[in-house]
Amino acid sequence: MTTVTETHDDHHDHGPAKGLMRWVTTTNHKDIGTLYLIFALIMFMIGGAMAMVIRLELFQPGMQFIDPSFFNQMTTVHALVMIFGGVMPAFVGLANWMLPIMIGGPDMALPRMNNWSFWILPFAFAMLLGTFFMDGGAPASGWTIYPPLVLQGGNGFPFMIFAIHMMGISSVMGAINVIVTILNMRAPGMTLMKMPLFVWTWFITAYLLIAVMPVLAGGVTMLLTDKFYDTTFFNAAGGGDPVLFQHIFWFFGHPEVYILILPAFGVVSEIIPTFARKPLFGYSSMVYATSSIAFLSFIVWAHHMFTVGMPLQGELFFMYATMLIAVPTGVKVFNWVSTMWKGSMTFETPMLFAIGFVIMFTIGGFSGLMLAIAPADFQYHDTYFVVAHFHYVLVTGAIYAIMASAYYWLPKWTGNMYNERHGQIHFWISTVSVNVLFFPQHFLGLAGMPRRIPDYSIQFAEFNMWSSIGGFVFGLSQVFFCYIVYKTIKGGEKATDQVWEGANGLEWTLSSPPPYHSFTTAPVIK
Amino acid sequence: MSSENAYYIPHDAKWPIVGSVGLTLLLGGFANELNGSTSASSVMAVGFLVLVYMMFGWFGEVIAESETGTYRHVEDASFRMGMAWFIFSEVMFFAVFFGALFYIRVFSVPWLAGEGVGVSTNEFLWPNFEATWPTNGPGDVGGEYQKMGAWGLPAINTLLLLTSGVTCTWAHWGLIANKRKQLIVGLALTVLLGFAFVGLQALEYSHGYQELNLTLGSGVYGSTFYMLTGFHGFHVTVGAIMLTVMLFRSMKGHFTPENHFAFEASAWYWHFVDVVWLGLFIFVYWL
Repeated sequence: MTTVTETHDDHHDHGPAKGLMRWVTTTNHKDIGTLYLIFALIMFMIGGAMAMVIRLELFQPGMQFIDPSFFNQMTTVHALVMIFGGVMPAFVGLANWMLPIMIGGPDMALPRMNNWSFWILPFAFAMLLGTFFMDGGAPASGWTIYPPLVLQGGNGFPFMIFAIHMMGISSVMGAINVIVTILNMRAPGMTLMKMPLFVWTWFITAYLLIAVMPVLAGGVTMLLTDKFYDTTFFNAAGGGDPVLFQHIFWFFGHPEVYILILPAFGVVSEIIPTFARKPLFGYSSMVYATSSIAFLSFIVWAHHMFTVGMPLQGELFFMYATMLIAVPTGVKVFNWVSTMWKGSMTFETPMLFAIGFVIMFTIGGFSGLMLAIAPADFQYHDTYFVVAHFHYVLVTGAIYAIMASAYYWLPKWTGNMYNERHGQIHFWISTVSVNVLFFPQHFLGLAGMPRRIPDYSIQFAEFNMWSSIGGFVFGLSQVFFCYIVYKTIKGGEKATDQVWEGANGLEWTLSSPPPYHSFTTAPVIK
Repeated sequence: MSSENAYYIPHDAKWPIVGSVGLTLLLGGFANELNGSTSASSVMAVGFLVLVYMMFGWFGEVIAESETGTYRHVEDASFRMGMAWFIFSEVMFFAVFFGALFYIRVFSVPWLAGEGVGVSTNEFLWPNFEATWPTNGPGDVGGEYQKMGAWGLPAINTLLLLTSGVTCTWAHWGLIANKRKQLIVGLALTVLLGFAFVGLQALEYSHGYQELNLTLGSGVYGSTFYMLTGFHGFHVTVGAIMLTVMLFRSMKGHFTPENHFAFEASAWYWHFVDVVWLGLFIFVYWL
């Protein structure tokens, strides 16, 4: 139960400034959240276009449209754009919009820095995407940027390194802001164990970000000096080791994939109780499970490197540690299912995406368990099975959660309901097509089709064609999503403050759209 | 509650976009420079100047707000937590270079010499290589060199930095007890010791490059040595600049015994570079 008292605030509340400069100089968490979300959507479409090029080339065996080097640039930059430009900014945008409201605070704790965390990103991505127009093209080494391959890149190489540095600076500042906001800006009575799960998962995500983004920064700095300043970190002739980079990269990379998925867990934990009209089952176990996943994420990184020639003890340790992650993740999945058990469920679009998330993320989780088995991984490694696995957890996992939260909170943000029928169509077309797109890739991988290769042998032709058709339909349905978002911003049926019948939480006590300054006076949480 | 008690939310932040432009010019110019462009260094210089301008402007605004009593306990707490978590991110940045050093010393060099799983690498690629530390690898990269000793300049530097930690804390005690003279003298000593450290470090580098033939290109020993000490030296320089600003602010009469976040943040940062140095002294110079 919450009570909100509005007071007139005479020298702070001027409302937004006018014109373009409002967006450039804003310190308002909602404005910055909106900027992040729009930026993420643009990047999602750019990265999606690259995926379309990839699927077009793979539609048939043989070389059709683009040369292999450009194909490799596509796979590399598609991944970098989707991870650092799509999913991460989308979740930071959601955090900006919702965290201060959900904890009953006035804004983010460090508003000026909040502005800078966003406004670094457009520059960083201009730098990254600019590499396409340089000598040697964009980086083509895969997003994992392993040496020595990545060091053979053209003029784009240092630009990519610095773009990653800038994204890192942005992420670390954003994460510091999230943590400080959660620790310092909660309304009276909002104890840690009363916080909505989205707040909890972001708290832990922010910790992971601060811990691992500097590790990536260090790693890419070593790449830079290896190429330009004669260091030999990754060169065996000088006593270094290319495998060292893989360790550094995945020490960042594995927590990074949880950075991409933990906020998704949080979103789904908000949405399912709303539409099941029951409180979340096992709230505290959710918190502990999230913390355990975060802890385990630091000691499993080498499962990405089973085939690199690690000592046997290493293979065994990383295999068993990885399998342990299934325990807290299982706790979460069972909690979501138990929340729905005997609930009075309705299936509006956010709920459809959330249920889609639970089912398809679990499929991705299971294929992850298969990959965790070191001796089996020798067969799957660097095949389309891996591609299928991480697209199930990232597309039908992270991105489905982002879609779910967009539909869930759009009425709150804009004051307008989206068109429910359009939302449902979007969900069903996406869900059918995404499975046509990625499910056959499991079979391709098991049969031995390698990833990151523009051509393939003839026996893989049929599954690849299905996959491409699924890809094109999925791509088109995301254009439809953009249209739905645009229409909702423009107008539509007015949303109530509560929006959803079963919704609980501070964000639903504010008007839709909420006032420019959310809680100028802290609500009291009882 | 009245609006006087509301959390302070600044408006119209114009400095972040200046910072983004500066950062992009600096790094974009740097990348062009690395690609062999001849005019890129002037772009870098412009970017650097824009960043300096941004820092003057941004910090100036915050200092002005602080001195006019805009911040109370609750905003102060945000700054403190922010700085603490920033230092944690710095810890992780150094951790990756230490991690690389340990990995190289414990795993990759012995493996190159045939230990454990590295038998065939050694036999077929580098049959005569034996694991030693320091090493410039089986390819003798960068040619003959000598190790940087621990008990010359580095030992003096250790003393300088540890002493500066003491003077910094002494200055802090002065600030808390409202003994302004102790504050200013303590800070001045700290800054002096800090820049003396940087100067000796530069001397050590020139000794390494000119007399020991120890360069960044001296295999993996040269790489880890210069990257670890170099990034540390850069952080000491930044910390010393921060403390210099604190010194000037103290002389202008800023800070009160209750309210001196900026001083404390700089002091935390200083102790952090201090601790990193101890790790460097032990694992890079000594062992």
